Amino acid sequence: MGKTVLVIAEQKDQKLRQVSLEALAAARQLAGDGGNIVSVLVGGHVDAAAEQLADHDQSQVVCVAADTLASYDAERYFAAVQPVVDEVKPDVVILGHTASGRDLAPKIACHLDAGQVSDVVAIEGTGAEVTFKRPIYAGKAFETKRFLAGPWVVTIRPNNLQADAKTGAAAPIVKRPYADPAPIRTQVVNVQSKSGDTRDLTEAKVVVSGGRGVRSAEGFAPLAELAELLDGALGASRAACDAGYCDYSLQIGQTGKVVTPDVYIACGISGAIQHLAGMSQSKLIIAINKDGEAPIFDIADYGVVGDLFEIIPKLTAKLREKIAAVRS
Amino acid sequence: MHVIVLMKQTFDTEERIRLVDGKIAEDGVKWIINPYDEYAVEEAVRLKEQQDASVTVVSVGNDDVAQALRTALAMGADEAVLIDGTELQDERAIAKAISAYLAKTQFDVLLAGNFSIDNGAGQVAIRVAHQLGLPHVAAITQLTIDGGKATCVREVDGDVQTVEAQLPALFTAQQGLNEPRYPSLPGIMKAKKKPLTNVTLADLGLSPDDVAPRVARTDLSLPPKRQAGQRLSGDVEAQAEQLADIILQATGQAGAR
Repeated sequence: MGKTVLVIAEQKDQKLRQVSLEALAAARQLAGDGGNIVSVLVGGHVDAAAEQLADHDQSQVVCVAADTLASYDAERYFAAVQPVVDEVKPDVVILGHTASGRDLAPKIACHLDAGQVSDVVAIEGTGAEVTFKRPIYAGKAFETKRFLAGPWVVTIRPNNLQADAKTGAAAPIVKRPYADPAPIRTQVVNVQSKSGDTRDLTEAKVVVSGGRGVRSAEGFAPLAELAELLDGALGASRAACDAGYCDYSLQIGQTGKVVTPDVYIACGISGAIQHLAGMSQSKLIIAINKDGEAPIFDIADYGVVGDLFEIIPKLTAKLREKIAAVRS
Repeated sequence: MHVIVLMKQTFDTEERIRLVDGKIAEDGVKWIINPYDEYAVEEAVRLKEQQDASVTVVSVGNDDVAQALRTALAMGADEAVLIDGTELQDERAIAKAISAYLAKTQFDVLLAGNFSIDNGAGQVAIRVAHQLGLPHVAAITQLTIDGGKATCVREVDGDVQTVEAQLPALFTAQQGLNEPRYPSLPGIMKAKKKPLTNVTLADLGLSPDDVAPRVARTDLSLPPKRQAGQRLSGDVEAQAEQLADIILQATGQAGAR
């Protein structure tokens, strides 16, 4: 017997987020033979993302759109999905473990009086034997979990599961009306886009990260230039954030963000255990540090003992030349 | 004004994780207040200093957790409550116990950490708010309380939101909210005399059935150890040349010479 799975999909800038396709693939695995998948999309304008989603095989795509849903707000978004949850009566609800997914999922789990497994990086098995692997201690260890009773609520970490590929389906799109719940107790009164902070650190394929060795806010400039050239994101160690060189939103570590890019370039970072927890699952690690004894070299695939202010600009120049040569 | 802070005791961030007989070894480990919860405690104590407020810190766990609660009292909280968590095995159960306690308590502001650095699921506080019918604003970096209204700032996906909330409400603390203080010596002395109340599930009217787990751990493992790789030799010029090729290879832009 298959399961009924509800995917709470997400969009950004009116495009379907990649993690929602990963959630859809997970839904397919959990639904099993004879299962049933419904997606729901909430936002200000969701038509474009809904079309994209409906191209993937499923029972229906439910859209809840309203001007008051343009910006994520827990109270309103829950009010938008709750009627869908109640109607679909899902065996499983899947969300991305994103800023909004991790915020909304516990409300849905509580509403269903359900257990939840958060931040899942792998799903193994099918049917009742399914297990979910997730990091604990920011990836210093991994635990495997199993549900003892339904319904199930699961959030999946972006960039870890395969995205759904069952396209060309034209699933029906169903629009649902939305009205604010009364009373509304939280209100987003202002939204400001952070300038120069375009790429999400946790989704970047390349991260250039600076530590105490960067020595100042200005010292981050060559790192930012390298990150930009590689279409990557800028990160930092706790020491650099505490010293005021950069914003806490850049911090990578057990406090801060956990990143798993293709390439992680650690500049002037000694490699405290709390930092390593946040980046040691990166595919390739490059470390640049003056201190040849720094612990970061114990986990780096390639190490350079030297002055980052000499190496980084030279590296950026070389890369620029080589990239230009390829493109010409 | 009554401010309640939900907090958890965790391993220090510099601890390595060791498995002994398939379990995480706890001997010799240094324990701390979960860093995100520490921001919440600090924010509560600041509210107390700025406005006429009392602060209660609430935690779930075994008797050892009293140590973390005493630290919060030393930071300036007035009262501590320790709910017996020895029978609570998942986030749903923990949230049920906390909700049962809070349902009998009057408060204006509920503060907690954005997530715990050990389990990292980020469920409990939001479940509690939902169960109590309270609104919440997660991952805040600024909080201003004015009468029955709160104004806070949160960062979400590269955007900075300003959110107004009617009290009572839950706020979860993100890094950058404040700089937690170290407990002072007089603070530590005073903390010893402040009330710390132990609460059992029976006190809360919860049966084992009410908190039966929905989720169970079946396995625990450590990530594969990374090996130290290669040190690049040569002068800066040669090192930069090698690095450039390595990066282009890894990002799929190889072929450049």
